[in-house]
Amino acid sequence: MTTTLTTPPRSETSAPSGARGRARKPRERWNRPGTLVLVLCSVTVLLPLYVTLSMAFKSPAQAVDGNAFSLPAPLSVQGFVQAWQLTGFPVGLAMSLLVTAGTVAATILLAALASYAIMRNWERRMFRWSFFYLLGAMFIPFPVVALPQIQLTGRLGLDNPAGVVLLATMFQLSFSVLLFTAFLRSIPAELEESARIDGATTAQTFWRLVFPLLAPMSATVGIFAFLYAWNDFMMPSLIISDPALQTLPVRQQLFQTQFSNNYNVSFASYLMAMAPAIVAYLFTQRWVMQGVTQGAVKG
Amino acid sequence: MSTLTTTPKGAARPKRGAPHHTRRVEPVYYLFLLPSLVLFTLAIPVPAIIGIFFSFTNSIGIGDWELVGLVNYVAAFSDPAIWQSYLFTFGFSLVTVLVVNVAAFLLAVGLTSRIRLKVSLRAVFVIPMVVSGIIIAYVFNFLFSNSLPAAGTSLGIPFLSTSLLANPDLAWVAIVAVTAWQAVPGALLIYIAGLLAIPGDVYEAAEIDGASRAQRLTRITLPLMAGYVVINVILGFKNFLNAYDIIVGLTNGGPGTSTRSVAMTIITGFNSGDYAYQMANATIFFVVAVLIAFLQLSVTRGRNTL
Repeated sequence: MTTTLTTPPRSETSAPSGARGRARKPRERWNRPGTLVLVLCSVTVLLPLYVTLSMAFKSPAQAVDGNAFSLPAPLSVQGFVQAWQLTGFPVGLAMSLLVTAGTVAATILLAALASYAIMRNWERRMFRWSFFYLLGAMFIPFPVVALPQIQLTGRLGLDNPAGVVLLATMFQLSFSVLLFTAFLRSIPAELEESARIDGATTAQTFWRLVFPLLAPMSATVGIFAFLYAWNDFMMPSLIISDPALQTLPVRQQLFQTQFSNNYNVSFASYLMAMAPAIVAYLFTQRWVMQGVTQGAVKG
Repeated sequence: MSTLTTTPKGAARPKRGAPHHTRRVEPVYYLFLLPSLVLFTLAIPVPAIIGIFFSFTNSIGIGDWELVGLVNYVAAFSDPAIWQSYLFTFGFSLVTVLVVNVAAFLLAVGLTSRIRLKVSLRAVFVIPMVVSGIIIAYVFNFLFSNSLPAAGTSLGIPFLSTSLLANPDLAWVAIVAVTAWQAVPGALLIYIAGLLAIPGDVYEAAEIDGASRAQRLTRITLPLMAGYVVINVILGFKNFLNAYDIIVGLTNGGPGTSTRSVAMTIITGFNSGDYAYQMANATIFFVVAVLIAFLQLSVTRGRNTL
C-alpha cells in the first residue's frame, strides 16, 4: 500500500512542474490566488531562517540595534570566528557526527537483523514474543526512564556520546523493527529459497540478498534516526556529563547564560549547528519526503 | 530457548499440517536477535523497573534509602506543582494538535491543487522538520523578546508591546506556535500522501453532478481523509505530551513555573534531591502514556487498510 501512496509524489517531483503544466494546459488552469496564499504562508517558515542567516553575518554593532530583519551591512564573519572558538565548534561537530552516525548505523543494523530473525521464525513463540516485547517500548517515552538511565549510564561509564548512541538506538528500535518487519512480509520467500538451493547459508542470504533488498526501508529508518540523533537536545544534555563532549545543539545553551547580547555570535553558532541538516535535506529532499511519508503511513 | 520448541503446544503444531515447523531454529537466528534483545532490555526495561522500585523509597539519588510505601504517590497527587504541569501539558498538547492539523490539512489541500511552484513550496514547508527544536526555539526566543515587542509598540498594540515569553498567561501561545511550526511538516506529508491516494475520477464525477468546490472538500475529501486525521492527531498528541526541547529554549518553564511540562518536572528530580518523588511522578506519567496507547490501539484497530 505504501508504494501506491508514495509513487505519485515521486513522479511529480521528477518532472519539472513547468513541463507538466505545458503538457496539461488545455485542460487545467493554474490556481493563481492559491499559489499566492501558499507563497505567503511559506514566509512563516522562511522568516526565522532568514533572520538566523542575516543576524549571523552582521557586525556586533549592527546585531544589537534591535532590527532583526535588516540585511547585514557591512557583511561580517566575526560572529562565526567567535562562535567557532566559544562553542568549541570542531569538537561539537565531531560529537554530533559521532552520535548521529553511530545511531543511524546501529539502528539500521540491529533492527534489520532482529526483524529478519523474527519474520523468518514467526511460528516460534520466542520470536513472536520478542517482536511484541520490542514494540512495547513505543509506549515508554524517554522522560519516564530518564532519571534511572542517567544514574545507570553514570555508573557504567556510559555518561558520554557512546551512551547516547546506545540509548538513542534503543528508543528508535521499536519503530524501526515495525517498519522492517512490515517490509520483509512483502519479500517473496522464493527469492531466498533459490539462494539457499545454491548453497548460501542464512547469514550469507541475509547479507547478500535480503539486506540489499531492504535498502529503501533502511533509508527510511536511517532518516528518522538521523533527524532524531542530530537534533535532539534532551538526551545528550542529560546523559553526557562532560561538557567538552557535548553535541552541537546542547552547546548553544552557552548563549542563554553568557554572551547573551552578542547576537551575531549566537546566531552564527545556531546557523553552523542547523546548516548541515538543512543542506543535507536540500540535496536529498525527494528521498526524505518519500521516506518520512512511507514511515509515517506504515507506523 | 530450545525448551520452547518442545513444549506441548509446540509439539502439537506439526499435527496441524505444517511440516516445516518441526525444523529446529537455526542458531544464527538467535545471533541476529539477541544483541537487540539484550541491549534493549538493559537500556529501557531495566531502568524502568529500577525507577519504579525507587518510586517506593525515599532515595535522593545517591546514598542510603529505605522503603516508604506509597508516600511519594500520595504526595504527588496533592502537589499543586505536579497538577499544574499535567494541566499545562495536556492543554498545550490539545491546542497544538488542533493548530497543527488544521494548518497541515489546509496546506496539503493547497499543495496538491493546481498551483505553480508546487515542488519548491513542498520542499520549503518540510524544512522545519529537519531543524533542531532547541535551536529554532532560541531563534524564536529572540524574535518573541525583541522583534515582536518592537513591532507591537510601533503598531500601538499594548499586549504585544511586552515580551510574550515574560507573560505567565500568554507564554504558552509562543510555545504552541513554535511547536506547531516544527510539527506541521510531519502531518503535512501524511495528509499529502492521503490526498494523492484519492482517485481523481471521484472529483470528476462530483463536478459533473454539480458539486461546488466547498462541497467537494467537505463531502468527499474530509470523509476520505478521516483515517489520516486520526493517525495525525494520535501521533501528534503522543509527541506533544513529552514536550521538552522547545519549552527549554523558549521559556525554560517560566515565567515562574507556568509553562513547565511533565517531562521538565520529572527531570527536576535529577539534581534537586527529589529523585524518588519524581520517579513516582514518572511512573504516573508512564501509566498515563500506556492508557493513551490503549486508546490509540482501540481507535486505530481496523484502520490498517490505510
